[in-house]
Amino acid sequence: MADTPLPHPLGAPASADDAPLYAPRKQIYPQAVKGRYRTIKWIVLAVTLGIYYFLPFIRWDRGPSAPDQAILVDLANSRFYFFFIEIWPQEVYYLTGLLVLAALILFLMNAVAGRIWCGYLCPQTVWTDLFYAVERWVEGDRRERMRHDREKLTLPVVARKLLKHFIWLMIAWWTGGAWVLYFADAPTLVYELATFQASFHAYLWIGILTFTTYTLAGFMREQVCTYMCPWPRIQAALTDEYALNVTYRYDRGEPRGSVKKNDVLKLQGLPAGDCIDCNQCVAVCPTGVDIRKGLQLDCIQCGLCMDACDSVMNKIGRPEGLIAYDTDMNVQARIEGRPEVRRIVRPRTLFYAGLIALVGAVMIASLAMRQTLYLTVMHDRNPLFVRLSDGAIRNGFTIRVANKNLDTRRYSVSVEGLPAAKVDVVGGEIDQQGRSIVTVGPDQTLEARVLVTDTASTAEGSAPIRFVLADLATGDTAVTSDHFKAP
Amino acid sequence: MTEGTHEGHRQQVDAISGVATTGHSWDDIQELNNPLPRWWLWTFYACIVWAIAYCIAYPAWPLVSSYTRGALGWQSRDAVVADLDALKQHRSGMTAKLSGSSLEEIRQSPEMFAFARAQGKAAFGDNCAPCHGAGGAGAKGYPNLNDDDWLWGGSLPQIEQTIRHGARSISDQGHSGSMPAFGRDGMLKREEISQAADYVRSLSGLPTDKGTDLAAGAKVYADNCAACHGDKGQGSQELGAPNLSDKIWLFGSEKATIVEGLTNGRGGVMPTWHGRLDDTTIKALTLYVHSLGGAQIP
Repeated sequence: MADTPLPHPLGAPASADDAPLYAPRKQIYPQAVKGRYRTIKWIVLAVTLGIYYFLPFIRWDRGPSAPDQAILVDLANSRFYFFFIEIWPQEVYYLTGLLVLAALILFLMNAVAGRIWCGYLCPQTVWTDLFYAVERWVEGDRRERMRHDREKLTLPVVARKLLKHFIWLMIAWWTGGAWVLYFADAPTLVYELATFQASFHAYLWIGILTFTTYTLAGFMREQVCTYMCPWPRIQAALTDEYALNVTYRYDRGEPRGSVKKNDVLKLQGLPAGDCIDCNQCVAVCPTGVDIRKGLQLDCIQCGLCMDACDSVMNKIGRPEGLIAYDTDMNVQARIEGRPEVRRIVRPRTLFYAGLIALVGAVMIASLAMRQTLYLTVMHDRNPLFVRLSDGAIRNGFTIRVANKNLDTRRYSVSVEGLPAAKVDVVGGEIDQQGRSIVTVGPDQTLEARVLVTDTASTAEGSAPIRFVLADLATGDTAVTSDHFKAP
Repeated sequence: MTEGTHEGHRQQVDAISGVATTGHSWDDIQELNNPLPRWWLWTFYACIVWAIAYCIAYPAWPLVSSYTRGALGWQSRDAVVADLDALKQHRSGMTAKLSGSSLEEIRQSPEMFAFARAQGKAAFGDNCAPCHGAGGAGAKGYPNLNDDDWLWGGSLPQIEQTIRHGARSISDQGHSGSMPAFGRDGMLKREEISQAADYVRSLSGLPTDKGTDLAAGAKVYADNCAACHGDKGQGSQELGAPNLSDKIWLFGSEKATIVEGLTNGRGGVMPTWHGRLDDTTIKALTLYVHSLGGAQIP
């Protein structure tokens, strides 16, 4: 978007000086700001980081055969635990569903109010915001930091910088440390890490995430958004003229001028805008853009320029909202004297909301209806059937029984659809009633070979049969269809 | 390209976007200059350095009859060997357990049985499948291991004996005894062979040609065949003589096939695997073949 902004009254061309082959990095010193959006951002930061850092310590009792951590990615046993939900590897489609849902919610957010994700929720934004807060706290605000970088280094400045990097590293290290806690029992791992007994992989991952957090939030910052992230590019294709965006209302702001000069002009009935060109919107911007140039790729729409502008407007006694969530369409409408159009409910948002509801409903329904017992059956491919010495035909099957309960279960294996079928489980047991029984441990799968013999020799060609697995304790059944093959 | 111009160092600026151009213009289409950040350039250089270092450290370039070996001496073959050793190490506990247990003990322990079946299945694919088929279905002359008809016995020790020492193999502990060539060696006349073949078919209830002299066939059978195959054609696992009264035919039940066997004899070979496969693998194979379904459980 920055490359080809819409024709704009303020689209001042860049200078025609010799440009280097590679763009020099413009150092950004965002200034502290107070206001509505800053408060929202602090709350979001506290909540999201709080969730990230403390969630692994929440306990969830699942009985003796399963871990009691509310959220756990158990790679060794191929299980994912999320409170009352336990996901097996073959149920990874729930993750797919979650990603589809996340993408759709992102689309909806974008259709309603632009880059809400970028401005408030994205980890890159949140951690960078936190790192900037540390930087301001240790090194001082914008002017002070700029002066430190301009002047010769003094010992106190070096000390402050060292302190800043130390705090940054501590935050980064804690970020990596929290990450590995999602993959093992958190209290145990914390103890092992503290006593240097944890596995090498735990330290390695902490190291990797410490490095990435420190680098991305401490040094790369807005470069990640401008050059690395695909979302700024994608969202340009997902936005429309109705989507609210952080907008400089140039209909009200232009032409710019000092408070006094423009007040005089206004009294004379001459054109004079509300923007006093104080540059506060630029000074607070974490990506260093000038919002007055319009919607642009580098702008993550964090809303801080709105806070900065509002506080200036309050000081000079002009109404707030010179920079606000608005649309360029409405700015144009006001200029031309047409009525404004605000349409949050429109086909695009309805479509996204409908899709979100649909995908969410499908996922909830599938979660609610999923069974704790699974049976898959695979017919022998070679041989398809076996003739026994008495002439009877027998088929071999490999069955896999998944017991997703947290206790040991016993199941009877039987076959429907073939009269006089004799079912043998190789290595299985036979109970008093002559049923073939398999026993499966808690949260485990069992693979067994099952031989089905047509003792009455009635089968011909390929006959459909159904394998029925019945839980002896609860009577729950799992049924899988297959075929009995005969010459 | 009508107007390919390059204006040296003088920068031009695109009027619409306000972005500097490279000075290149084709049909009045300007090439805008949106330079990359410097760190990206350095990332690119770092990748080049990495690529060069990789080429020096690891095998990289093909030569005429060889390739550059790399300074670290790393080889994919070594990596495979290391992986296999690690796998062996990982399995060593179960392997030791298997080697210290009897076949029957393994069969009755679900844990050992599952391990033996998995290992046996792999060994079967490597060693047995060429003759017996991937699923042990056999072929003409090569027994189906899924059924309940066993030439040399289908109990665990019998199967192990057959795998270990084979039949008509080079091992003197292997099964011996074969079907003589009654016709070729002049022991039976052509007509007697035909009568015997018809009689053998009748033993398992197969239809015989009209006007066949079954009584004559029975006499030929009693004089020549019953010694090994039994008086009712029930066969003998001691001698490897097939049961002729069941529905399973190793070579086929057509009269011509039976005549062929009587005339030229039969003597399929099962090789000896003792010394070629280790004891644990033979045990695992025994349990796998046993579990295919036809085996006898004591």
